[in-house]
Amino acid sequence: MKALELRNVTKRFGAVEANKHVSLTVEAGTVHAVVGENGAGKSTLMHVAYGHARCDEGRIFLKGEEVSPARHSPAESIRRGVGMVHQHFMLIGPMTVAENVALGREPRRGLRLDLETAADELRQLAAKFGFDVDPDARIEDLSVGEQQRVEILKVLWRGVDVLILDEPTAVLTPAEVRDLFGVLRKLVADGMTVVLITHKLDEVVEIADRVTVMRRGEVVAELTGTLDVGAIATAMIGRPVLMQVDKRPASPGAAVLSLQRLRVRGRRGAAAVRDVSFEIRAGEVVAIAGVVGNGQSELVEAITGVRPIVGGTVALRGVDVSRAPVDRRHRGGLSHIPEDRQARGLVLEFSVAENLILGRAREHGTPFGLDLASVGANAETAIREFDIRPADADAPARALSGGNQQKVVVARELTRPGMTLLVCGQPTRGVDIGAIEMIHERLIAARDAGAAVLLVSAELSEIRALADRVLVMYRGKIVDQLDASQLALDSALERMGRGMLGVTA
Amino acid sequence: MKREAYIVVVALLVAMAAGSVLILAFGQSPAQVYGMLMAHTWGDSYGLGQVLFKATPLVFTGLAVALAFRVGLFNIGVEGQMMVGAFATALVGASLPDGTPWVIAIVLAIGAGAVAGGALGAIPGYLRARFGAHEVINTIMLNFIAGALVLWAGRTWFFVEESTHTQTVIESARIPSLGMSGSAANLSCFLALIAAAGVWYFFERTRRGHEWRAVGESPLAAETAGIRIGRSITWAMAASGALAGAVGANFVLGYKHYFEEGIGRGMGFMGIAVALVGRNHPVGIVGAALLFGTLSQGGFAVNELVPKELVDVLQAVIILAVAATSAEVRRLATR
Amino acid sequence: MIETLFSAAFFGQMLRITVPYMLAALGGTISERSGVINIALEGKLLVGAFCAALGAYYTDSVFVGAVAGVGGGLAVGALYALVVVRFRADQIVAGVAINLLALGLTRFLLKLAFDSTANSPPIESLASNVAAAPLFWVACVLAPAVHAVLMYSPFGLRLRAVGEHPEAAATAGVSVVRVRWAAVLIAGALAGLGGAWLALGSGGFVAEMSGGRGYVALTAVIMGKWRPLAATLASLSFGFAEAFQLNLQTAGVGVPSELVQMLPYVLTMVALTGFIGRSRPPGALGKPYQ
Repeated sequence: MKALELRNVTKRFGAVEANKHVSLTVEAGTVHAVVGENGAGKSTLMHVAYGHARCDEGRIFLKGEEVSPARHSPAESIRRGVGMVHQHFMLIGPMTVAENVALGREPRRGLRLDLETAADELRQLAAKFGFDVDPDARIEDLSVGEQQRVEILKVLWRGVDVLILDEPTAVLTPAEVRDLFGVLRKLVADGMTVVLITHKLDEVVEIADRVTVMRRGEVVAELTGTLDVGAIATAMIGRPVLMQVDKRPASPGAAVLSLQRLRVRGRRGAAAVRDVSFEIRAGEVVAIAGVVGNGQSELVEAITGVRPIVGGTVALRGVDVSRAPVDRRHRGGLSHIPEDRQARGLVLEFSVAENLILGRAREHGTPFGLDLASVGANAETAIREFDIRPADADAPARALSGGNQQKVVVARELTRPGMTLLVCGQPTRGVDIGAIEMIHERLIAARDAGAAVLLVSAELSEIRALADRVLVMYRGKIVDQLDASQLALDSALERMGRGMLGVTA
Repeated sequence: MKREAYIVVVALLVAMAAGSVLILAFGQSPAQVYGMLMAHTWGDSYGLGQVLFKATPLVFTGLAVALAFRVGLFNIGVEGQMMVGAFATALVGASLPDGTPWVIAIVLAIGAGAVAGGALGAIPGYLRARFGAHEVINTIMLNFIAGALVLWAGRTWFFVEESTHTQTVIESARIPSLGMSGSAANLSCFLALIAAAGVWYFFERTRRGHEWRAVGESPLAAETAGIRIGRSITWAMAASGALAGAVGANFVLGYKHYFEEGIGRGMGFMGIAVALVGRNHPVGIVGAALLFGTLSQGGFAVNELVPKELVDVLQAVIILAVAATSAEVRRLATR
Repeated sequence: MIETLFSAAFFGQMLRITVPYMLAALGGTISERSGVINIALEGKLLVGAFCAALGAYYTDSVFVGAVAGVGGGLAVGALYALVVVRFRADQIVAGVAINLLALGLTRFLLKLAFDSTANSPPIESLASNVAAAPLFWVACVLAPAVHAVLMYSPFGLRLRAVGEHPEAAATAGVSVVRVRWAAVLIAGALAGLGGAWLALGSGGFVAEMSGGRGYVALTAVIMGKWRPLAATLASLSFGFAEAFQLNLQTAGVGVPSELVQMLPYVLTMVALTGFIGRSRPPGALGKPYQ
């Protein structure tokens, strides 16, 4: 039986064709992976299949029965037994697990909400598939892996037997990925169907029975049986993938950034950074490896001045900047590529030219008038040097692709006069391969020019390619350090993964 | 630009329809009422003068609201800021020595108004910057508080015996009238135009304006880039209050020559409508100010047929219609 | 002076003054918990008061007046919901506009119905002893009722979900639009009832009689950290402040009347700075749902 079938689906966003005549068949009782690069159209395709988005052409069949695009919706999919676990969890933080799962299908006793029945059913369901869950826990207190399991429970509780997961392993540690795959295998053994949207090829190889490869909105390959990472990767990109950057060994100089016993509080007052001390010297790249949510964001915010610190010190080239405002740190040599480029890196409504001088307006003119010619020249230079497309200084930042938006931020931050410390948070997240290569080259170039670089990234492969030293962060503390030689070992990934989970050697 | 014009036209039509319903309820003919409204405003010299007189403070208060809005703030306190500003203008204008050269007198008097309004505006700005207290309620509260304080100060010290107004300002502090058949229009309408041009220049061509716009569009990005949010918010609210406070030029220096209880009532709130209909752009604001000035004067003209509160209703409906239409247009454009 | 503070008369006066604040605050809490800021409470109070006066005048019945007040509040709520939920206009701008509309419209209708610009003719009013008025007990029951609905009913769960994370609620099959309409209408009804109390308690409608109470009620919502029972307590404190200030005036204490009248507004500003404790508003408050 075909659990899910799409015939000739086309979906356009304005002039862009996100899906071009895509046909896809998922057999019941299998794990089917849909892979592709960022922007290949796989998420869009699944959103269309699920009813989140409406296709412009094509036919959709859920468990053998056709659904008309006009009447399709997530509620309709669930009714037919198809559920989706989103990449960005649709969970309500301050509410409990039971409340989140029950929402929309609330059990009642008379007029009263009956959460106890829901809680019991949840416990049974979770036990059946081998994980435990506390129905009265609040979502915001759970780890990301646990939250994902709640998302899965949400759809299971509604009786679905086809499960679509959108980039489920993006925020999980290697061990949590293993747990998840264990659950998925149990689901399939119980007769369910799993559709996995991902770009993580090694995981695909481990769990999938069939793989559909998409590139630029089209299906380019279908593979079954014994799967080969190389073959899939080549099909995805169209050329062999290099995650290597040419770099000479580092020759670090004096300390640029120095943290002493830093303590920072996160959202809702909980301790996020506990007693962290380390140094970054000129001419080296230090990376922080850690699962999202272990204090790295707060650490970066404290260093860059956006978040106040509770204790300890931050020093830039010997000068204490622990309580200095952001602009003073910039003048002290700090440049920052924020991890959320759309919220913190750019003013989306501003033009490219205006974004390029954000926070740097004093370099162009007097307090009584901006030197527009200077601003324009600055934009032309940046567009040329960093290959920003479209090459239009007046285009609003909102109109640029993710990769080009990132290039604008990188251009602005890397050209700050007197830069001595470059802090980057997830610099290549959501960026296409060509831009990734350019950004990596620029980061190494900055290092070679004598800057100290602090890199926070969730992509272990990026860390391995760029870092001279790695600090592993878990629950606000640095739990492990790897230097260049240790990084080069094959066991480095496993070692970092263990540290990220708090497992001590 | 075309989109903005579309929004305003739709809003006006909706308002006219709503107004017609009310006019009919009162037993009058909409055509007659609207016709009379136009005839007594743009149709004769006195009416036109009154329109200019009423539009001038609206440009100031509209600019005040728009300036705050562009920095991401809602200044609903223009009414109170306007009042303390006019009060300060009147007091300073009356206490200057008689022979003061007119340039100094007028600059000092208007300056006092701007400072007073700016100080009042800075309070909610500071409270927002330091405590995160939302300025909407604080500015509204200050309207009540400022009103009470001004009245008390006037009754206790500054009002002339047995009256509700202050002493008249000295000769050299008076702004000449424009004539126009005895209307209240005076040269301060040119000040309004200068203010509009100044605000445009500030936002589009200066560094500070660029920074404030960033704070308004995306405070997180501005903060990360090193722009000081707290400082920007406080100064922006102060600047907004100062613009509102400068209104004293029109009423006090240019017309009555003293501050009177109830002066300029409603001009502050109408400034919100002007900013919205003018789409927060100085050119639009001047246009919207003329529109609302017309409505305001027209209300008096048709008062024998229909209560002048009709105009207040029209104004509120216009605000709602513009807000609704602009949101709808934005939604359809980004779908 | 101190004796008056603890007298039964003062207590009754305080309760009497608190009722409109409390009802408006309850309405505001429901609305804001669903994610819709409700600056328009002031307008709902005012229109409710006018409609109540209208109803009581023509039927000599307090009950009809109260129902009319609720109806008026519902009408304003419907308009607000149309502009803010259906058209997704900016909620603060729309709220201020609704209040301006209420001000002008009530004066206009005052002229139309009673040929006066300041006040309506006297109407059947509430008993001067607060406890004797059935409307008071209705109001008292409403506070725990709103709390129960919000925390223990399926509708309440959906409402809270919509206010925190509307996308999540939508994927769960909840109609965000419908829930928000319901919330705004409920707020309108409650505030309209509060306005009815105002008019019926004063024996008539006076132009602009809401006097800023809607904004103060909104502050009570914030002070109560968006919880109905706490908001009721906060309303009580404002009621106390106003009763206190009124007694100060009549007692002829040396403070000028204008300054004394400022007290509730100053108290509101102090409350907003968070000296009374700050807390997180509903996650999606103020953001129109696409």
